[in-house]
Amino acid sequence: MRSDASDRKAPRALTAAAVAGLLFLHLPLALILLYAFSTEDASYEFPPPGLTLRWFAVAWGRQDIWDAIGLSLRVAASSTLIAMLLGSLAAAAMSRTRFFGREAISLLIILPIALPGILTGISLRSAFNLGGIPFSSWTIMLGHATFCVVMVYNNVVARFRRMPSSWIEASMDLGADGFQTFRHVVLPNIATALLVGGMLAFALSFDEVIVTTFTAGQQSTLPIWMLTELVRPRQRPVTNVVAVFVIVVTFAPLVVAQLLARRAEGSNEGGIR
Amino acid sequence: MATAMQLPAKQQLGRRVSTALLLRPRLLLALLLVPPLLWLGVIYLGSMFALLIQSFFSIDEFTGMIQRTLTLRTYTELLRPAHLDIILRTAAMAAAVTLASSVIAFPIAYFMARYATGRAKTVFYLAVMLPLWSSYLVRVYAWKLILAKEGIVTWLTAELGLGSWLDALLSIPIIGGTALSVSYIGTFTVFVYIWLPFMILPIQAALERVPQSIIEASADLGAPPHRTFRNVILPLAFPGVIAGSIFTFSLTLGDYIIPQIIGSSRLFLGQVVYIQQGTAGNIPLAAAFCVVPIAVMSIYLSAAKRLGAFDAL
Repeated sequence: MRSDASDRKAPRALTAAAVAGLLFLHLPLALILLYAFSTEDASYEFPPPGLTLRWFAVAWGRQDIWDAIGLSLRVAASSTLIAMLLGSLAAAAMSRTRFFGREAISLLIILPIALPGILTGISLRSAFNLGGIPFSSWTIMLGHATFCVVMVYNNVVARFRRMPSSWIEASMDLGADGFQTFRHVVLPNIATALLVGGMLAFALSFDEVIVTTFTAGQQSTLPIWMLTELVRPRQRPVTNVVAVFVIVVTFAPLVVAQLLARRAEGSNEGGIR
Repeated sequence: MATAMQLPAKQQLGRRVSTALLLRPRLLLALLLVPPLLWLGVIYLGSMFALLIQSFFSIDEFTGMIQRTLTLRTYTELLRPAHLDIILRTAAMAAAVTLASSVIAFPIAYFMARYATGRAKTVFYLAVMLPLWSSYLVRVYAWKLILAKEGIVTWLTAELGLGSWLDALLSIPIIGGTALSVSYIGTFTVFVYIWLPFMILPIQAALERVPQSIIEASADLGAPPHRTFRNVILPLAFPGVIAGSIFTFSLTLGDYIIPQIIGSSRLFLGQVVYIQQGTAGNIPLAAAFCVVPIAVMSIYLSAAKRLGAFDAL
């Protein structure tokens, strides 16, 4: 333990550069928070001429925003469910067995997020057009589920790899059948990984805009609503309020997911020692 | 055996099924794999293939109808100077963004991997992860506020008496413009900001794996810290930089939202794809443009694989 990280002292320039980098990552969002209270409604004037709570009330009363939030939640929930099912099936298959074509399958699973989203979007759009499938919230969900699978898969496959196969054998030796083993041994063990993967998939879907612009018809999810406002601003302060809402809504589950993942990792390490 | 006989019929069936599956691991494997493979294979690969096939179709210039005969005409159109300009401009932006984000990311990753412990490490980790998962559009929007002509950058430079510097920066041809929010400088800044976490994490992962003993060995052999850094740590961190660059490069190549919101009127590749498939209705050309990032990334990925970047992912 002689040279533990805590004994070393970081050079001052390095600390400064690291902190400056973090500020660069986080200050812009703080600025949106300030703008949500600005009395100025026609420009992005800084410093704001005055502060008001008025825009929160205005945004609250806008039905189009509520509709967009509702659609986003519905799409995110259903694509997360599909992704949790498909992702954990794939993870169960890929974690233990080695078989021909395994590498190709793992590539196929990560491909939807490895390639630019515009490719997924335009492919799906032209396929829907070719197949005569009308654009609806179902087509949005179809696209989202495709790239959400990898989120669940990554988390669950890592957990499967850490789970000793002797546990499953022990359960079988004690007389449990495959389904009982799954319910009482496998599921409780992958539960937190599944939950974390599901939360990340939900966050990814809730925020997705690139694929959605191609797979949505007339309906708008919250990101599509935002995009329209960004390209052609109608009521800037309302957009600011919605942006603040999105920041709050996405940060909370992410912090929870992070803490859960950290704790699960910590307890597992403790168990092995 | 006696207890098994007394089990209710339903449970017995379950047991028979599970035994049958356990005795045939290949069948179990197939059952597990079929649903995800069907979904990704049919919906994702199927539509991707359908798109790429269309890049070999062409559009009739008189009727505007798509002719479904295989031809390379659309690809010759792709090589027109105006289109090549767009491709080169996008690639140059992707390269610049990759370079800048690796320079900004390195100190953060280095600090996280080698100096931060306990609580500080968690804070740093969360601080890098949160932007990655928080809303992309909201983060782009923040820069619309920051870079606006009446926004905080203009105000700050004026307060600090640097207004003429900002004007000088904006008057640079090509990358300048009437305001930061309509210039390439703005587009570049936002790209770096948005993709930065994708660069930090792989570098950090690569640095975490550098064993302390190697660094001590270098010091014991008489190398001063800066030489250890240059000859030992940097080469070992390089695969991490390459891994991060896969993300920053690929994401910049395909993005059409950022240049649409913050940038000049000269188009990037993603925007052209969007326009060609949408208002212009020229799916073959849009599909041919899509082949460009796929081709560029395939070359990039195979080069990265050779440099060992995949171990750092």
